[in-house]
Amino acid sequence: MNIVVCVKQVPDTATERKLRSDDKTLDRDAADGVINELCEYAVEEALRLKEAHGGEVTVLTMGPDKATDTIRKALAMGADKAVHLVDPALHGSDALSTSYALAQTLKKIGFDLVILGSESTDARTGMLAAMLAERLGTPQLTLANKVEISGAGITVQRVTDYGFDKVEASLPAIVSVVEKINEPRYPSFKGIMAAKKKQVQTFGIADAEIDAAQVGVANAWSEVADFAVAPPRAAGTVVKDEGDGGVKTADYLASKKFI
Amino acid sequence: MLTDEYDDLRKSVESFAREVVAPVIGDFYERCEFPYEIVRRMGAMGLFGLPIPEEHGGMGGDYFALCLALEELGRVDSSVAITLEAGVSLGAMPLLRFGTDEQRARWLPGLAAGETLGAFGLTEPGGGSDVPGGMRTTADLDGGEWVINGSKAFITNSGTTITAFVAVAAITGRRADGRPEISTIIVPAGTPGFTVSKKYSKVGWSASDTRELSFTDCRVPAANLLGERGRGYAQFLQTLDEGRIAIAALSVGLAQGCVDESLRYVHERHAFGRAIGGYQAIQFKIADMEVRTHTARLAYYHAAERMLAGLPFKKQAAIAKLVASNAAMDNARDATQIFGGYGFMNEFPVGRFYRDAKILEIGEGTSEVQRMLIARELGLSGL
Repeated sequence: MNIVVCVKQVPDTATERKLRSDDKTLDRDAADGVINELCEYAVEEALRLKEAHGGEVTVLTMGPDKATDTIRKALAMGADKAVHLVDPALHGSDALSTSYALAQTLKKIGFDLVILGSESTDARTGMLAAMLAERLGTPQLTLANKVEISGAGITVQRVTDYGFDKVEASLPAIVSVVEKINEPRYPSFKGIMAAKKKQVQTFGIADAEIDAAQVGVANAWSEVADFAVAPPRAAGTVVKDEGDGGVKTADYLASKKFI
Repeated sequence: MLTDEYDDLRKSVESFAREVVAPVIGDFYERCEFPYEIVRRMGAMGLFGLPIPEEHGGMGGDYFALCLALEELGRVDSSVAITLEAGVSLGAMPLLRFGTDEQRARWLPGLAAGETLGAFGLTEPGGGSDVPGGMRTTADLDGGEWVINGSKAFITNSGTTITAFVAVAAITGRRADGRPEISTIIVPAGTPGFTVSKKYSKVGWSASDTRELSFTDCRVPAANLLGERGRGYAQFLQTLDEGRIAIAALSVGLAQGCVDESLRYVHERHAFGRAIGGYQAIQFKIADMEVRTHTARLAYYHAAERMLAGLPFKKQAAIAKLVASNAAMDNARDATQIFGGYGFMNEFPVGRFYRDAKILEIGEGTSEVQRMLIARELGLSGL
């Protein structure tokens, strides 16, 4: 089985994250890049499926040069090879154009199963899996906390507000996973050393037959109109109880339209 | 500077320590309980096999890789770090270096995977730095078996449910010059006559396993001899030399952990109307802590570099161990002072660091023994 895992490098949530003042895109130089946490669960699930059913795991990432760190991490976990889609023309692509660029690349490299994290910690749109499935004409099985493969079929448990749905489809398919699905492994030293020898193929937009007029910040369908630094947290309101604390608290909540 | 692969390993262990160890280790420490699940996961990510060749089930790395892992674990907790240190340096390495093919095939794969632990029994209740003169435990050959009698003290990893064996140093005869002949013998867990007493109540390292062992007519096959007969003393000297670099790395981790915790706290804690990090008294303390950590790290990197290059490293290892254990102790004291009353509470990691630091100036050669070694390396022993 040919499994492709889409991974994304995101700014470390532990550091201060910024947007650029010029084109209002994420300032990727301002913070350390790390692999998006949910993508680690996607890599882990791909590795487990490979261990159970055989096949090969390819990591696909779209991102600037420094996204190679994220590729290396996924390879050190045990993925077999990687494709890095990197091109200045892709800078500032929104979710829709990113799905187009990744779909074009996936058509080139081929797949039986594509696994993604259900969202990234930076943009958090959570739409990519659905968009990819639409563009590639495959079933979409999103928010999975359990994945089972049998022959050419796939079954997932899809997390919902009321419990879970059991969703079945045939391969090829697109799956997005939630963090309850597994416990990602930490790269071992052997994995880290082996990663150095694994193949990382670099694609530009021409290699993936991506139309430059459909990607990049200038062609994005969504736009950041404006942004501002979050205001510092204001001092709280202290209600002093002089026998009427309950009434005062209720008045305060009512004034804020909570009750 | 670290190469990419060393740095990736360091980051991998850093994440593991922060995400898996830090949230729960305080509870294990409080209950003096060995954290089996954490150790299992350390094994799964290959930490116990770091310097073991792949053919024996290891990671094919080197001793420096182990030291980096120890430092990152030590930043968060010393109990798990010493469990790893002893498991590899004292459990697996002597087997790798001195074991027969059969002994390696039997024990190393489990040890390298962290599924089993090996312990090294050297120190005795009545003798520490004065080995071999102070040693009392004996092993006599009788009918193709070693018969062991005596006791061992402060033996790490010797009483867990996954302990596979203890390699016991014992007197196996007299040399021509009248001095005791020391050999090392592998005693599998559960051998009749081998008794593991209950855990010590310790000042620190409370989530690690440390026991007193006794041997009463304990019989094991003659083939359980580890390495050459009569070479036990030389073998453990080599084991201890590299072990000092590992303890230095662990100490640097503790020293760094004190810096990490203090840096975070001095932003949060306010006194006299401002964050205490704004006061020079605090800033100078933290600057000193950083200096000690940095210099100790350079010292152990250097010792490890010489060791891996096949150069003499006895003096450098002793310097690294001395400097790093001092740094750990001093930083733990300063960090506790910065935390004030909260530093005296077990719920904060610095209190744990304070309790864990002292042993670093004692184990794997006391600070006095390090000074003695350094003086000897400078040619001052025969005066």
